[in-house]
Amino acid sequence: MEKRAVYSGYLIPAALLLPQLLITIVFFYVPAGQAVWQSFQLEDAFGTTTQFVGFENYQLLFKQPEYFKAMGVTLVFSTTVAFLSLSIALLLAVMANKQIRGAAAYKTLLIWPYAVAPAIAGVLWLFLFQPSLGMLAQLIKGWGIDWNPLLNGNHALVLVVLAATWKQISYTFLFFLAGLQSIPHSLIEAASIDGAKPVRRFWTIVFPLLSPTTFFLLVVNITYVFFDTFGIIDAVTGGGPSAATTTMVFKVFHDGKSGGDLGLSAAQSVMLMIIVIGLTAVQFRYIERKVNY
Amino acid sequence: MVERKTIWSTILPHAVLILGVLIVFFPVYVAFVASTWDPATITNGQLGLLPGPYMIENYQRILFTGTSSSTREPVFNMMFNSLLMAVFIAVGKIFICILSAFAIVYYRFPFRMAAFWIIFVTLMLPVEVRIYPTYKIVADLHLLDTYAGLTVPLIASATGTLLFRQFFMTIPDELLEASKIDAAGPFRFFKDTVLPLSMTTVAALFVIQFIYGWNQYLWPLLITTKDSMATIVVGIKKMIVTQDALTEWQLAMATAVLALLPPVIVVVAMQRLFVKGLVETEK
Repeated sequence: MEKRAVYSGYLIPAALLLPQLLITIVFFYVPAGQAVWQSFQLEDAFGTTTQFVGFENYQLLFKQPEYFKAMGVTLVFSTTVAFLSLSIALLLAVMANKQIRGAAAYKTLLIWPYAVAPAIAGVLWLFLFQPSLGMLAQLIKGWGIDWNPLLNGNHALVLVVLAATWKQISYTFLFFLAGLQSIPHSLIEAASIDGAKPVRRFWTIVFPLLSPTTFFLLVVNITYVFFDTFGIIDAVTGGGPSAATTTMVFKVFHDGKSGGDLGLSAAQSVMLMIIVIGLTAVQFRYIERKVNY
Repeated sequence: MVERKTIWSTILPHAVLILGVLIVFFPVYVAFVASTWDPATITNGQLGLLPGPYMIENYQRILFTGTSSSTREPVFNMMFNSLLMAVFIAVGKIFICILSAFAIVYYRFPFRMAAFWIIFVTLMLPVEVRIYPTYKIVADLHLLDTYAGLTVPLIASATGTLLFRQFFMTIPDELLEASKIDAAGPFRFFKDTVLPLSMTTVAALFVIQFIYGWNQYLWPLLITTKDSMATIVVGIKKMIVTQDALTEWQLAMATAVLALLPPVIVVVAMQRLFVKGLVETEK
């Protein structure tokens, strides 16, 4: 789509674009380019000389068992959060979409956790599950489970999954509700006249019509776990115990902080860039499909 | 409704939704309760579900004095830093994005599409994937521990430009033609026509970006080292010490409540704009 009537000249548009382009180039392209460049370099121990080594950093990276562990943690973390958040949010959205009293109030009461910072969400759940004094920790200890997320990796992972899901339900709920509201009532009424009961109507009509929304939310949820849960992990577990909650993003941060190998850290950044590009591409294909719908 | 209402079909949605609301509120409520008790009650694991008598004392202490062991920075200062960061990022983004979108939509000039793509591709470069090189650039520019270092690298974003571009496309061409007939220049057209029409979009973007700015974690964690520059979301982490005995939980929980209140109030008070901003920035 193009505008019919426009202005000409290039000094004014150049001036208008300047602030954004300047910031974009200085803080986006230069560092991203440096990350790519450094990932092909080897720096000596004193940081004085560097040498081009091709894909050696990547080969080294893929020989690290820690890197595979971080990939595994990220995969488990993202699929669990995506599954939980999508199922809970869909259930709530279906209920909120019914013509019931106070539907608007329920919506308001369910969406606000979106505004809570991931690190704060983490701290709230940490307090509930803090092994010696947490309210819910005491409850499950009473069931005979030796709960200790500070020592047990699985427990730590459960804790960050809970915090991440709790925060993400609001967003997923909002988009599911919008998706449900856009389904024509006539379709559901037609099925109902044909004698389909509510549960059957949901699985044969509503759920398939909702699939573009579901797919979009799946990608968004996975992206969220990859990048936005850093705060939860850093505040709650610090990546531990023994790297049980170290995701790929957390590992980049952690390896870089401990002043490790620059080239290796850059190679990890580039791997993440490739993942974001992939996820964005998938998301855009979805949008194109939605337009053709 | 298609079906006749039964008691079951009326009660079930309410039951599920009330349960959902309770789960969503529970951690925040417990945090609030903890922030109104003394340390002994909490460390002994005797915290109930009713608020205690220490609310004013705890909040006064954390706001103006800070914790006694870990970080001694008063939380009031942290909130001020967070507020400054959130407002500057939101206003800065709106400012640079509305200008660049105006240039891309209303001008024909060489490299127009190139400029658009340069901005667009940044969608794929979240700060997490270029963290250390960006940190180094900020350090080289001597911007560590400054408000500029905290905010400027975060204000460039493709989302804002895309959102404004999309909105400008819906403004009828006739308005520009009329403005040209009135011999008004591009500046007048922007000020008198485009800007007033864009106010809802501006407000929606402000809500989303205010929350984004307030909730930043990784970036301020790296860029600020001084306690006086800490934002509240980063500051709280320093209050939680692994040795449990040292964590002043009543103060940490008061900080958590203070950290989540401003963005939550923004979302609830401006729900319509928030939903609009959220849905449209995802397009």
